[in-house]
Amino acid sequence: MSAPPFDSGWFAISGESLNRKALRASLQDVESGAFVLFEGWVRNHNDGRKVLQLEYEVYEPLAVSEGNAILEEARERFAISRVAAVHRQGLLELREPAVLVGVSAAHRGAAFDACRYIIDEVKARLPIWKREYYADGITEWVNCRVK
Amino acid sequence: MKQFTVKWFAAYRDATGVEQEQVQSSANSPALLFAEMTRLHPELAKYSRALVAVNDAMAAWDTELRGGEQVLFFPPVAGG
Repeated sequence: MSAPPFDSGWFAISGESLNRKALRASLQDVESGAFVLFEGWVRNHNDGRKVLQLEYEVYEPLAVSEGNAILEEARERFAISRVAAVHRQGLLELREPAVLVGVSAAHRGAAFDACRYIIDEVKARLPIWKREYYADGITEWVNCRVK
Repeated sequence: MKQFTVKWFAAYRDATGVEQEQVQSSANSPALLFAEMTRLHPELAKYSRALVAVNDAMAAWDTELRGGEQVLFFPPVAGG
């Protein structure tokens, strides 16, 4: 099941460029005095190697259900109003946002804390893999090899 | 012997060369099944073990397998 992107309270996977304005609009709320947005971007280097582009592989059924579970945990732990997150899949160019996490709350403390919690859990728990394409022509799945 | 459907993702799929396979095994946990599969696909040993799902729910490595399950092996994740 795929949630409609940026519908408040949903976690979504998207094959299209992420729209931060739409996400922000979906979290606006007259009871909220704070809005925190985290964006993860594609950067041009990793572990000393020059990165040209990258690709995210997502196992969508479980990424969406586990992503929604994380948003639900954030709602239970922190005094927040609305929350939504979306993660890209497919090929991404440098500077593109790979993930957006938005949280609105009455006060900034809960919004910052919830946003940090969500992005940390997303990185640790969701079945999403990153393949980097390097300047020397090699590609590599990130974090996968035994050290 | 029990029958399982095993699915491979990302680096694991590159290592095994298949997305999915039917496996006969007496393994009663994902941990034992993964160890058996590593003997079948030695390239898997190059990659760390990470997360496992059984029938589309995240599972523990010692979850009991009765046969007939779909077992999804996930290499270390790297979202965000």
